[in-house]
Amino acid sequence: MLTEQREKIKEIVTESQVYKSIFRRGFEDTTKNRVLAIFGNVFLHLHPPYVKRHALKFTHSWCMGGITFLLFLVLCFTGVFLCFYYHPDKINAYRDMKYFEYDVPFGVVLRNMHRWAAHLMVITVWLHMTRVFMTGSYKPPREFNWVVGVFLLVLTLLLSFTGYLLTDDQLGFWAVTVGTNMARATPLLGHEGPFGEQLGVTAYNDIRFALLGGSVVGGNALLRAYVWHCVAMPVTAILFLAVHFWRTRKDGGTAGPL
Amino acid sequence: MWHNIFKIASKPDNIPIVGMLLLVFFFWFLSFWAAFKNDRIRRAAAGKPRPEGGKSKGDVVDVIDFMYPEEEQGLPKKVSCWPHLVKLEFICAIAVMALLMFWSIPIDAPLEEPSDSTLTPNPSKAPWYFLGLQDMLVYFDPWIAGVLLPTFIIVGLMVIPYVDVNPKGNGYYTFAERPFAILVYWFGFFVLWVLEIVIGTFCRGPGWMFFWPGQEWDPHRVVAEVNINWNEFLANISGITALKSETAGLLLGIVTILAYFGLGMAVPYLWLRRQESSIIYRLGLIRYCVVGFFFWTMMTLPIKIVLRLMFSIKYILVTPWFNI
Repeated sequence: MLTEQREKIKEIVTESQVYKSIFRRGFEDTTKNRVLAIFGNVFLHLHPPYVKRHALKFTHSWCMGGITFLLFLVLCFTGVFLCFYYHPDKINAYRDMKYFEYDVPFGVVLRNMHRWAAHLMVITVWLHMTRVFMTGSYKPPREFNWVVGVFLLVLTLLLSFTGYLLTDDQLGFWAVTVGTNMARATPLLGHEGPFGEQLGVTAYNDIRFALLGGSVVGGNALLRAYVWHCVAMPVTAILFLAVHFWRTRKDGGTAGPL
Repeated sequence: MWHNIFKIASKPDNIPIVGMLLLVFFFWFLSFWAAFKNDRIRRAAAGKPRPEGGKSKGDVVDVIDFMYPEEEQGLPKKVSCWPHLVKLEFICAIAVMALLMFWSIPIDAPLEEPSDSTLTPNPSKAPWYFLGLQDMLVYFDPWIAGVLLPTFIIVGLMVIPYVDVNPKGNGYYTFAERPFAILVYWFGFFVLWVLEIVIGTFCRGPGWMFFWPGQEWDPHRVVAEVNINWNEFLANISGITALKSETAGLLLGIVTILAYFGLGMAVPYLWLRRQESSIIYRLGLIRYCVVGFFFWTMMTLPIKIVLRLMFSIKYILVTPWFNI
C-alpha cells in the first residue's frame, strides 16, 4: 500500500511539467544518462563525458588543479562576505578587522578561512605546477596552456600580496612596504634603479608611485590594493581560468600516455 | 633551542610554510616513486611481446598497458566521467573544506597593531611566499633580486614548453627519459625557491642577519663588514694592486660576466657536438641559447651565495650606475 503510494507520488513529481523542465534525464544507469548528466549540466560540462582511466588516480593528478579551483571559489565566496563589512580607508580598515573579530557573526571564521584558503592556494598552485612538470604535461600540444598557467600562478601571488595590505596592521603594512620598495629599483622606471635618475625619474613619478598612488604606503595604496584585489585581479583570473579550462579540454583533457 | 624554532614555526602565518614543506616532501617522494616505477616497468616491458590487440604505433602506446596493475590491463582506456570523476571531485572537495574548517576555527589569522609608518619592525619581512626574493637581496642589488630575477623566473617558466624538445615523457612520470629537465626543475623549485623561503623565515633575524635555527635573535650582534669586490679579491690573491682601481674593476667585471655566459654556453655546446648528441640538432641554436641563458642566470644565485659566504665577495661588476 505504502510502496504503491510512494510510486504514485514519484510518478506525479517526475512527470510534472516543472520537474521535466529542470531535469531532462532519467535515473537509470545507462550510457546515455551518464553522458547526459555531464552534457546537460552547465557546471559539470566543464568535464568531457569520458576521461582517461589513469586520470582518476590520486597518484597521477594529485587533485591539485581541482583543489586550487575549489580554493579560488572559497575565496570568492568568503571574499564577497568580507566585502560587505570592509571599508578601504585608513580610518576604517583596521577597525573593520576588530569588527570582524568581535561583532560580525562568524566574522572570525570568515576572515580566518579567507586567509588560510589564500595561503593554501599559493601552495596548491605550486604543487599543481610541479605535478604538470613531472608528468611532462606541458609538452605539445599543451605548451600554451602551461603559459596560461604561469599567468595564473603570478595572479595568485599578486592576489595574495594585495590582500596582505588590506588589514592595515603592522604585518601587512611593512610586508607591502618591503615588497613595493623593490619597485623603486626597477631599471629605467624606478627612481633608485639603474638609469632611473638619469631619465629624470623621482619618487613622485616612478613605477612605485603608480602602484601605491603616492610615495608612501597610505590611504591611496589601500584603495588601489582593494580595487586590484577585489575587482581587477579576480576578473582577470577568471578570464585566464576560462581559457585554462577550455584549453585543457581542447588539448585532450588530462595529459596521459594514450 | 627548540623553543625559538617552535616560536617561529607556530606563528599563524608560518604554519603554511610548515605545511608546504611536508607537502613538498610528500609529493617529491610520490613523483619520484612513480617515475622510478614507470621506468622499471618500461624497461621490463621493452623486451616483452606486444600485448594481444595492443596498438603498435610508437613505443609509448605499446608499453603503457603494462603501467596498470595486472588486473586492470586490457580494460577500456576511458571511463565515463559521471559518476567516476564527479564522485572523486566531490569527495576531494569535502575533504578540503573540512580541513579548511578545522584550520579556520582554532587558528586565528594574524592581526598585529594598527599600521604605523614611524614604527619599523626589525626584521620587516615580505609575505612568506616572497621571502625567497627578499633573501636574494643579500646577494644581489634590489634591481636584480626584486625586479630582474623575478621577471626571468616568470619568463623562464613560460619558455619551458618551447625549449624542451624531448618528445618522451609526455603524460606520465618518468625520470630516465628526461633526467636533465627534472633535475633542473627540482633544483630551481626545491633548492632555490623553497629553501630560500625556509632560510628567510627561520634563519633571518634582526637586520636580516643570519641566525642558525634555535640561535637567539640578538639585535646587537656585531657583524664585521669584510665584503670586498671581485677585482679587489683578485688583487689580494695575485698581489697586483693595480687591479684595485675603478677602471680595472669595470673591465674585469665585464670580462668575467661575458666569460661566464660565453663559456657556460660554449663548453656544453662543443661537448655535445663532440658526443654527436642529437639534442643539439633538435634544439637548434636559438633554443640552445635560451636554455643556456636561463640556466646560467639561475645558477648565478647559488654561485653568488658560495662566493659571498666563502670569499666575502660582494660585487662582480661595479659601475657608476649599477652593480652586479
